[in-house]
Amino acid sequence: MDSIITIIASTFMYATPIIVAAIGGLFSERSGVTNIALEGIMLIGAFVAAVLCYFLGQMNINSAFFNDSMIPWISALAGGIAGLIFSILHAIASIKYKADQIISGTALNMLALGLTVFVSQVMFQSQRTPAFNNGFKGINIGFLNDIPILGNLLIQTYSPFIFSLVLVVVTWFIVKKTRFGLRLRACGEYPQAAASMGINVYKTRYIAVIISGLLGGIAGGFMMLTVDQEFSASVIHGFGFIAIATLIFGKWNAWGVLFAGLFFGFSNVIATTSGSIAIFKDIPNDFFFMLPYILTILALVITSGKSSGPKAVGEIYDEEKR
Amino acid sequence: MNKKALSGIVAVVLGFGVGIIFSMILGIKMDGGLTTYMPQDVLAPMLKSFTGYDITGAEAYNLRYVGEFIVASIPLILTGLSVGFAFKTGLFNIGAEGQLMMGSLAATLCGLYLDLPPIIHPLVCIIAAGIAGFLFGVIPGYLKARFNVHEVVTCIMLNYVGMYFANMIYRSLPGFSSEKTEPLKETALLKSDFLSSITNGSHLNWSILIVVVSLFAYWFIINKTTFGYQLKAIGNNKHAANYSGMKVNRGIIMSMGISGLFAGLAGAALVLGVFGYGRTLTGFEEYGYTGIAVALVGANSALGILFAGGLFSILAVAQPLLQVAGVPRDIAVIISALIIFFCAIPLLYDKYINKYLEKRQHKKAKKQNGGEV
Repeated sequence: MDSIITIIASTFMYATPIIVAAIGGLFSERSGVTNIALEGIMLIGAFVAAVLCYFLGQMNINSAFFNDSMIPWISALAGGIAGLIFSILHAIASIKYKADQIISGTALNMLALGLTVFVSQVMFQSQRTPAFNNGFKGINIGFLNDIPILGNLLIQTYSPFIFSLVLVVVTWFIVKKTRFGLRLRACGEYPQAAASMGINVYKTRYIAVIISGLLGGIAGGFMMLTVDQEFSASVIHGFGFIAIATLIFGKWNAWGVLFAGLFFGFSNVIATTSGSIAIFKDIPNDFFFMLPYILTILALVITSGKSSGPKAVGEIYDEEKR
Repeated sequence: MNKKALSGIVAVVLGFGVGIIFSMILGIKMDGGLTTYMPQDVLAPMLKSFTGYDITGAEAYNLRYVGEFIVASIPLILTGLSVGFAFKTGLFNIGAEGQLMMGSLAATLCGLYLDLPPIIHPLVCIIAAGIAGFLFGVIPGYLKARFNVHEVVTCIMLNYVGMYFANMIYRSLPGFSSEKTEPLKETALLKSDFLSSITNGSHLNWSILIVVVSLFAYWFIINKTTFGYQLKAIGNNKHAANYSGMKVNRGIIMSMGISGLFAGLAGAALVLGVFGYGRTLTGFEEYGYTGIAVALVGANSALGILFAGGLFSILAVAQPLLQVAGVPRDIAVIISALIIFFCAIPLLYDKYINKYLEKRQHKKAKKQNGGEV
C-alpha cells in the first residue's frame, strides 16, 4: 500500500510541471502560434527559481508577512515572470517579424541553455547553482492529514499539484466560456476570418504567447523546486517537449491535458523506478522513457483524419490571404 | 554574391555582435573592481580554435587545433546537409539528432559483430548507418505523406525514441559497462595515424572522405538530376508539382529518407572516426539542432553548408579554450543560438540588404554605360 501511495504521489510530482507547461502551450497553440520554445522557457524559469530560492533561503527573513513556506511560491512565480519575459522574444519573432515558429523556438531553446549556464558560471563559478533547502513540501492541512490513506497521500504530494488542477479548470472556463477564449480559438482556426470580425489577431496572439511564457516559467520553477535540489543544464531534460506531446495527446483541450499529463507523469515514474517493481522488472526502463513519445506519434496517426488541432497553428499570419 | 548568402552573413555578424554584448553585460562582476569579458577575451580563443594561432602569445603555434576543428566540423556538415536536403523539398527535418543516433547504433553493431577485412568493414558500417538513418527518416516522411501528420512533431518525438532505443540496445549488449560498449574491431575504424601525425596528433581521420562524397552527392542530386528537380518543385508548390505529374508523396518520403541518410552517416563518422565504441546518452548533443543552423546559414547549398559547418565547428571547439581563458564556455552556445534566431527573422534586415544590392546593381549599370545611366 505504501509503495502504491508513493507511486501516485510521484506521478503527481512529475505530472504537475507537464500539465502547467502544456496548458501554457495550449494558449499559444490555440491562438495559432507553435511554441516549441517551452523547453527553453522552462529552463529559464527553473534557473531563476533556483537562484531566488537559494538566496531567499540564505537571507533567513522571518516576519509576520514572510515565512519560509512562501519561498518556493515566490521563487516559482519569479521563474514564471522570467519565462514571460523570455517568451516575448518568441512572440516578437513569430508575430511581428513573421519568423518560422519552429526555427525561432529552436533558437530560444538553445539560447536558454547558453544563458542560464553562462550566468550560473558568472554568479557561482560553476555550471550548477548551489543546493537550496526551501523547495516545495507536502500538503499539510491539519485534519485532512488524519484521514488514513488520503492523509498519507496528501503529505507526500507537493502543493503545486493543486495549482495545476485549479489551472486546468480555469483554462477550460476561459477557453470555452469567455469572449477572450472564443477570440483566441478564432485566431488559431482562421485568423483572416477573425480579423474580418474586428478581432485584433496580433494582440490576441501576443497575449497568448506571453501567457504560455508565464505558465512555462512557473512549470520550470515547479519542476526545479520539487524534483531537484540544485539547478543544472539537464534539469528539464525534455519535459518541455513532453508538455507538447501532452498537448497533442490531450487534443488541445484542458481536460485532455490533465489526463495525458497524469499518464505521462506515471510513465516517467515507472521508468525511474521500474527496477523495484516486480511486474515491470524484466522490461528495460528505457522502454518506459520512450513510451510517451511513441504513444504521441500513434495518437497523431489515429486522430489524423479528424481535425482536432487548431487549423492555422504554425502558419505565418498573412492579412492579405483569403 | 546573392541575397541568401548575404542574409546568412548578416545573421552571423548580428549573432556574434549581440552575443558579445550579452557577455559584456551578463559578465559584470564586482570582484574588487568592476570587471567583465571584453570582445577580445571571447574572440581570441575562437581564432585559436581553428587556426591554431594564439594571438596572446601564451602558446606556440599548434597544428593540432586545425585537425580538431576539421574533425568537429564533420558531423555538423553532415547534419547540415541532412536538414538542408529536407528544406529543399519544403520539409523541416528537426529529427537529425535521432537519425544520427540510429546511424551510430547501426555502425556500432556492425563494427562489433561483423568480421570483415579492413576498408570493406568500415564501408559496410557506413552503409548500415546510412540505411538506419534513411529508415528513421522515412517514418516522419511516410506519416506526413500518408496521414498528413506534421513532420516536425513526429521528428521531435522520434529524437527521444532514437535516444532511448539506442540506449536500450547498448545496455543489452554483452560487455557493456560504464555507459560504453566494448571497443569496436580495429578493422572497422576510420582512425588514421597518417592524418593524425600531419596535424600534430589530432583526432583527424578518414571520415572526412564521407563528408567529401556527401557534399558532392548533395550538390549533384539537387542540381543535376531530374529527381532533385522534382523535389525542389514539390518544395516550391506541392499542388503544381502534382498537376504536372510528379509523385508528391513518394517525393516527400524519399526526401525525408535521404535527409535521414546524411544524418545517419554523421553517426557513423562519430563512432568509426572519433569514439571507436558505442555510448549511451543522457541528453542530446545538439548535432541535429546545430544542423538546422548550418543549413539556414548555408542557405541550403552544398558550398554554403560546408562553410557554415566550419563556422559552427569553431563555436564548438572554441568552448574548452574559452573556459581555459576564463570565459564561460556557454558564450559560444549563446552566439550559436543568436545566429539561428537572426536567421529566423530576415524581415529585420532584409530591406537593408535589398537597398545595398540595388545600389550595387545601379553602380554596375553605371560603369557599363560609361558613367551614364
